[in-house]
Amino acid sequence: MPPPGEGGGIATVAVRTPASLLRRGRPRIADRIFGASVSVMGTVVLVVIAAMVVFLVLQGLPAMQHYGFFSFLSSQRWTPSTAFQNVSRPNPYGILQFIYGTMLTSIIGMLIAVPLAVGAALVITEVAPQRVKGPLSALVDLLAAVPSVVYGFWGVFALIPAIKPVVDFLTTTVGTVPVIGTVFGGPFFGYSYFAAGLVLAIMVLPIIAAVCREVFRSTPRNEKEAALALGATRWEMIRIAVLPRARSGIVGASLLGLGRALGETIAVTMVIGNAVLHINSSVFSQGATMSSVIANEFTEATEPFHLSALFVVGFWLLIVALVVNVLARLVARRGVAL
Amino acid sequence: MTQLALGSPGFRNRPAVGRRRVKSAVLVGLLIAAVVVAVGVLAWVLVYVAIQGIAALNLGFLTQTPPGNPASVGGGFYNGIVGSLIIVGIAALMAIPLGVGAAVYLVEYGRGRLSEAIRFFNDVLIGIPTIVTGAFVYAIWVTRFGFSGFAGSLSLAIVMMPLVTRTTEEMLRLVPHELREGSLALGATRSQTVMRVCIPTALPGIITGAMLAVARAMGETAPLLLTTLGNDLFTEYNPAKRMSTLSLQIFDNAVTGFQEGQGRAWAGALTLIAIVLIFTMIARFFGRRVRTSNA
Repeated sequence: MPPPGEGGGIATVAVRTPASLLRRGRPRIADRIFGASVSVMGTVVLVVIAAMVVFLVLQGLPAMQHYGFFSFLSSQRWTPSTAFQNVSRPNPYGILQFIYGTMLTSIIGMLIAVPLAVGAALVITEVAPQRVKGPLSALVDLLAAVPSVVYGFWGVFALIPAIKPVVDFLTTTVGTVPVIGTVFGGPFFGYSYFAAGLVLAIMVLPIIAAVCREVFRSTPRNEKEAALALGATRWEMIRIAVLPRARSGIVGASLLGLGRALGETIAVTMVIGNAVLHINSSVFSQGATMSSVIANEFTEATEPFHLSALFVVGFWLLIVALVVNVLARLVARRGVAL
Repeated sequence: MTQLALGSPGFRNRPAVGRRRVKSAVLVGLLIAAVVVAVGVLAWVLVYVAIQGIAALNLGFLTQTPPGNPASVGGGFYNGIVGSLIIVGIAALMAIPLGVGAAVYLVEYGRGRLSEAIRFFNDVLIGIPTIVTGAFVYAIWVTRFGFSGFAGSLSLAIVMMPLVTRTTEEMLRLVPHELREGSLALGATRSQTVMRVCIPTALPGIITGAMLAVARAMGETAPLLLTTLGNDLFTEYNPAKRMSTLSLQIFDNAVTGFQEGQGRAWAGALTLIAIVLIFTMIARFFGRRVRTSNA
């Protein structure tokens, strides 16, 4: 047993220290290399996003220079077969109908998904008995695990036949009313903006619900208990103690879902009908979105400027997705800070 | 309002309490209906795919390649299953180390604006449409080297990396500071502390994140359309060539219009869901371990 004192202590430590540590130079260099390499790995994400913007612009540049930067956004004339290298106008590549399709399907999806997701999240956090909460939230999460291509396939063969009678009824009743009839008019062939919106609703529901669940969970427990103790019913407790604090969180969650809906590709491509020629006014008619036209025509683009024009679509889709996602993070962050 | 002055509080309150209770019951009922719809749709999708898929699923489906004519019977998606595993495997080999490294930087090294920007744009990258990722990889890789399984791996790696970074970052933040301080006090360097203390402590959570990213990548179709293109002629094991994946085969066969092709696509959909669920379950298994060890 060593005598108490500094000497004994140092000796014990020295014996137990790995030999590599005693050699001064090497671990320090290894440490520096390690630190530098994880720093590089950290910046990869910034490089990737910057490179995405740059390369999509570069690939879209030939078409944009040929036809003009903003003419893509103002026209809905998508006719690659009339494109020629030497004739620049009229622009055969207008993407307005795709922007319209993306917006319309996303709006339909959000109108259905947001109330359902908020309701589901409220049940999971505030209403369901303790034992049911875990399995219930796992089931809702499972909706996000089903691949996009499976939703599209199911949408074509199960969802569309199921909604057909309802939509046929709507097109023959509401669809014949003079003004709103243009929005709900028939005929309905199944493939439609509406079917795409429904599939999108199912796909973004678990994303919105997951974020809302976190938001509701962070509301202070004593305020909920205080509301109940003052005689509030369960709904009044939710309205008084939960929802006011969660407002910006719900908005952030919805924007996250919107970002996902705007970019969703395969399922939408399978159920929207891919009618690229012009905007169709009825939500029950066929159409196309920014992502579906890329998926559909990319590998078959041989006409002049066709591929480049698809990259222009991709560029605007990236810009829209960036804006929506940045907004979502900013709003959600403020919601958490509140 | 005038009644309030006349009667006692109890006289006026009783019907009001009843009305509030009814209102609460109705609205809570609506909330429960929302959950029922969500879970009902899930059950509808899973049961429908299971019924259609089991009808077309057999041993040949898992061991053969598709017949040349989509309208003929028999054959399977063996090449697609192999392709999915190879492409996602290579993507995981790229994305998991990069994602973990980035998370280590954010938690253990990063300071100030740069790390804030990285964290922010990592979340933004998660939200970028995967078809755009596919177009990007087409621009940087396919235009030079042609369609290939590796190009698909690149696009899936871009999809997976930010997911791995986010979960790993959260898990590393849960590692108690005392462990780091203890390690450094014993004379370990920062890199040794990270590699031998922080990462092993957070490992179950890191595996959860990685498995969820793998499950997500398995189901991706859109970026692969623009990068690997598919190949149904034979089973391709070389990722430098065009490959098929399960998701691409489902997409192609679902839209052929031939019943036989659709049958194979349903069996493929069931197989794909099974693969995704296996990885999700592995993730949950490790995730549960994380939670219990933290409690």
